[in-house]
Amino acid sequence: MIEIENVRKSFGQLEVLKGINLTVQKGEVLTIIGGSGSGKSTLLTCINGLETIDAGRIVVDGTDVHAKGTDLNKLRRKLGIVFQQFNAFPHLTVLENVMLAPVKVLGQSKAEAEAMAVKQLTHVGLGDKLKVYPSRMSGGQQQRMAIARALAMSPAYMLFDEVTSALDPQLVGEVLDTLRMLASEGMTMICVTHEMKFAREVSDRVAFFHKGVMAEIAPPEELFGAPKDPELKTFLAATH
Amino acid sequence: MFSYNFHWNQAFKALPQMLDGALVTLQIALLSMAIGLVVALALTLFRLSGNRILNGFATVWVEIARNTPALFQIYMAHFGLGSFGIHLSPYTALLVGIAFNNAGYLAENFRGALKAIPETQTRAGRSLGMTPLQAFRYIVMPQMLRIAFLPATNQMVWAILMTSLGVTVGMNTDLAGVTQALNAVSFRTFEFFALAAVIYYVIAKAVTLAARLAATRMFRY
Ligand SMILES: Nc1ncnc2c1ncn2[C@@H]1O[C@H](COP(=O)(O)OP(=O)(O)OP(=O)(O)O)[C@@H](O)[C@H]1O
Ligand SMILES: [Mg+2]
Repeated sequence: MIEIENVRKSFGQLEVLKGINLTVQKGEVLTIIGGSGSGKSTLLTCINGLETIDAGRIVVDGTDVHAKGTDLNKLRRKLGIVFQQFNAFPHLTVLENVMLAPVKVLGQSKAEAEAMAVKQLTHVGLGDKLKVYPSRMSGGQQQRMAIARALAMSPAYMLFDEVTSALDPQLVGEVLDTLRMLASEGMTMICVTHEMKFAREVSDRVAFFHKGVMAEIAPPEELFGAPKDPELKTFLAATH
Repeated sequence: MFSYNFHWNQAFKALPQMLDGALVTLQIALLSMAIGLVVALALTLFRLSGNRILNGFATVWVEIARNTPALFQIYMAHFGLGSFGIHLSPYTALLVGIAFNNAGYLAENFRGALKAIPETQTRAGRSLGMTPLQAFRYIVMPQMLRIAFLPATNQMVWAILMTSLGVTVGMNTDLAGVTQALNAVSFRTFEFFALAAVIYYVIAKAVTLAARLAATRMFRY
């Protein structure tokens, strides 16, 4: 369970998160939508402790992320995150990209890590690309590799930050299919996305962020079907 | 009128001696590069550490290495340290002086290379649970070494040529030292130094070529 309690975060004068309250249950798929600069990415990076917070708490399975004694490196093992930029490690093959953290961070044997990597890469449809360097792959393939790389750590939660935004339109589908597959398998996910159709399909709940505030949160039928927040109405009108 | 008579025979007879010297030259250059590389990596970590003292130390090192004559650096290793009671043999002083210079230039190469590696690479590593050092070691450093590899071969060539400054601290077993000694007894200045220059040239070219070859084998991505 991820519990976000009254979280505030500023960059200098700019308050980016203005008291966010949100709880994500095990097995839930939450999508976050909202305009540019509304604080969506910042929230995700606060959840895995890449960013600090100024007030409030974020608790993951009972561990307060921003408390003094928290071992963030250990906590991050259970929080997979995939970014808009694919962040493939260019000097490593696809297989090596996925094996690196399990070997170096989890201390798995090469054989163990390789078996897991092959499994995850096959799962995302890259079973035939093991020995290929990322530069030889399309953006969609690189992004699926990044997903497999996160999954190889056996995380309890997956955070996705606009993972299709940097892709050519014809490559978006394959990555969304991968996310759909994970959702159907019961992975707990928080997906920041601009793909409304996708959000409507996979989400248990959809949250709308506006200027650092979570202006509305509801199941997709309700949020898209009968939006209450005026900003949300404007936002949805603009995206259709 | 042109009145110098060439006596190449004498020079060629001394060739084995000079080649022995060339081996010493190559040895110093290789050792100084190995030491320079390790120190440059340490200086790079100092600069990334966010610690002001370590960062300052690294900056001063790089500034001196790059902005003072190599001759001065070798002098300091020999006579400078000597006045503090640390007496290095000409061989060691030359090695230390060149390694000091290499470390400074390599650290600067690394700094440039790091600029070409996006911050998001480190973030991706940290997100997978790596410590900052692990992210550097397994993700950033390999890419940095690749980018810096060819500039580093230039430094290797420069290290080979710098060894010739050893004569100023009494070095007499390397190529320049041997040549100098031969010249002192025979006065066939042109022949000996021309031959030495050819040997330096061949070593420098061979090293550059070997490095290019190694690069294509090592960096397959
Ligand atoms: N490291 C930072 N330093 C300063 N300002 C930042 C930093 N990161 C984000 N911001 C600012 O915080 C605000 C929220 O950024 P954030 O990336 O969370 O928005 P977002 O909702 O993800 O937007 P987008 O849809 O464009 O990705 C923006 O105004 C952004 O410029
Ligand atoms: Mg964002």
